[in-house]
Amino acid sequence: MTQFFLRRLILLLPVLFGITFVTFALARILPGDACYAVFGDKVTPEQCNAFREREGLNDPILVQFGRYLGDVLHGNFGESLRDGRAVTDIILQRLPMTIEITIGAMLFSTFFGILLGVVSAVRRNSAVDVATMLGANVGVSMPVFWLGLMLAYIFALKFKGTPLWIPPSGRLSSGITIAPLAETFQLENLDGLWGALVTLASNAVTFNALISGNFDVLRDALWHLILPCVAVGTIPLSVIARMTRSSLLEVLGLEYIRTARAKGLRERLVIFKHAMRNAMLPIVTVIGLSVGSLLSGAVLTETVFSLPGVGTQLVTAILSRDYAVVQAFTVIIALIFVFVNLIVDLSYVFLDPRVRVQ
Amino acid sequence: MSSSVAPLQLESLTTTVSRSPLQSVLRRLVRHRSAQVGFFILGFFIFIAVFASALAPHSPIAVLKNVKARAAPCIHFLGCPTDQPQHFFGIDGNRRDQLSRIIYGSRLSLEIGIVTVSFAIIIGAALGAVSGFAGGWTDNIIMRLMDVLLAFPGLLLAIAIVAVLGPGLLNALLAIGFVSVPVYARTVRASVLQVKEQDFVSASRALGSSPLGILMGHVLPNALTPLIVQATLGIASAILSAAALSFLGLGAAPPTPEWGLMLGEERNSVFNAPHLVFIPGFAIMLTVLAFNLLGDGLRDALDPRLSNVG
Repeated sequence: MTQFFLRRLILLLPVLFGITFVTFALARILPGDACYAVFGDKVTPEQCNAFREREGLNDPILVQFGRYLGDVLHGNFGESLRDGRAVTDIILQRLPMTIEITIGAMLFSTFFGILLGVVSAVRRNSAVDVATMLGANVGVSMPVFWLGLMLAYIFALKFKGTPLWIPPSGRLSSGITIAPLAETFQLENLDGLWGALVTLASNAVTFNALISGNFDVLRDALWHLILPCVAVGTIPLSVIARMTRSSLLEVLGLEYIRTARAKGLRERLVIFKHAMRNAMLPIVTVIGLSVGSLLSGAVLTETVFSLPGVGTQLVTAILSRDYAVVQAFTVIIALIFVFVNLIVDLSYVFLDPRVRVQ
Repeated sequence: MSSSVAPLQLESLTTTVSRSPLQSVLRRLVRHRSAQVGFFILGFFIFIAVFASALAPHSPIAVLKNVKARAAPCIHFLGCPTDQPQHFFGIDGNRRDQLSRIIYGSRLSLEIGIVTVSFAIIIGAALGAVSGFAGGWTDNIIMRLMDVLLAFPGLLLAIAIVAVLGPGLLNALLAIGFVSVPVYARTVRASVLQVKEQDFVSASRALGSSPLGILMGHVLPNALTPLIVQATLGIASAILSAAALSFLGLGAAPPTPEWGLMLGEERNSVFNAPHLVFIPGFAIMLTVLAFNLLGDGLRDALDPRLSNVG
């Protein structure tokens, strides 16, 4: 068991190394000189030389990569070229929003995806099944930002004045604020990694509101999260529903299911206890893989719902050629993606004891 | 009476016996429900893309006079006063005819999908073939690099690449193509490994075939089934990604009639001119849906073993 965990962790190292290398290389293969990209065309050669010296761009490329690797390991992503803020601070401020959307969308898509998939498989060829599979086809084909805009149109405009009205933008209603966790729990003097974690947790408004017991804020924050999460979660929902259906159908044809039914077990027990356990493996794989589309979806949807997350910042950074920020966000998101897939791999151990032996 | 029936039976008997693999694939494909729908939608879009200049009532970039910006669709048949000019999909924020832009946009979307996927297949197939034939260190380095590329969520890596290359449609296409290379590299490598040790390949090599000849003559035909399926589904996701990049302002530049860009430009008017958001998005969805359905159909038709249960 421990050996399995360790082996997976060691296998991760080259991938992590590769991710940092790719992002480093991306920033170094800029067409033209980084100096011109930062200062524009009117820069003098002296200014450029000073800039290159300061940023260490005159050093050999391997030295530069080594330094970059060291910085990343220490959580230091440099400064924004645009406003001089530490990129780490920008990450701590922006990342929680994106993670909240991703987690919300994941819960939504997993719950409804599995539910619809199970119903479709059990009532195969029924109206529910046909509708779900048609919906799944349409669901994977929709641009997530379009779905977001359409949901905003329906729920914020068409349902205005009804209880179904949902706010189309923003994170909290105006006038509602929440104190940082550091203030609530007197943790202001924490710094370094712990301080960063407290800031991160504090900026995740739903989490902050939950553990500081501020339930009005929690309700408001969740209310604002509904539309983005539904929009982002629809593609994964379709994929999960399809996979659940086909995986469960395959298992339901096996003989031990016939045995379970023959000995008179209730159908619900047969489906959820006997069949689902064996059908879960491909479903979990699909859920893990969908984290990539959830993260991309979150980045796209933030711009639609004007939410202060990674996506909105990333687009601004690209348009103003702020490479430090782009580079850092790319590394962070890739790391999250890799670690989620590691968790998925490790969960196989619990779902399928045979994996442990291999 | 009986004399007219007998030849018919004979004919149907001979076709059953002599049906080539290609014929039976086509037969399964034509009978596949979702492939039928996919073909129909795709045929429709190819038709309007080919005859765009004849079908579109206006130029896609012409600014019209005597119309209100973001005017709702005006269709005489549905009760729009006949003294007003007819605009089936309404007018956009720059007073251009949206129907014409949508029609010309179909051309662009199909091109985007096909160009990016062709680019990805060529690079991916080359890398996969080299990897599979060479083996050893070369194989290891190429495949680990592909693993690393797959460790990024595709669209985000594409965004990062566009950040480096600078916004623009061509750069966006390059980025999306580059990001989808690993999938094709893996597919081709797998077929190379499968084929390369087989006797007919050794025979071919003994007869003096070059590695390129073996690749073209033996390996690629064997990789064709998964490649075709993946390419069709790949076109769908390439169109979606390109639309997403254009939506963010990182792809096509105005006034290009690109659906994602049209949507992005008008996203703030969703409440007062919903047609400007609804229609381009719906067009994207239909095109992507067509390729997805076709891909599903192809997978089932080309390899019945792979088809989903039910």
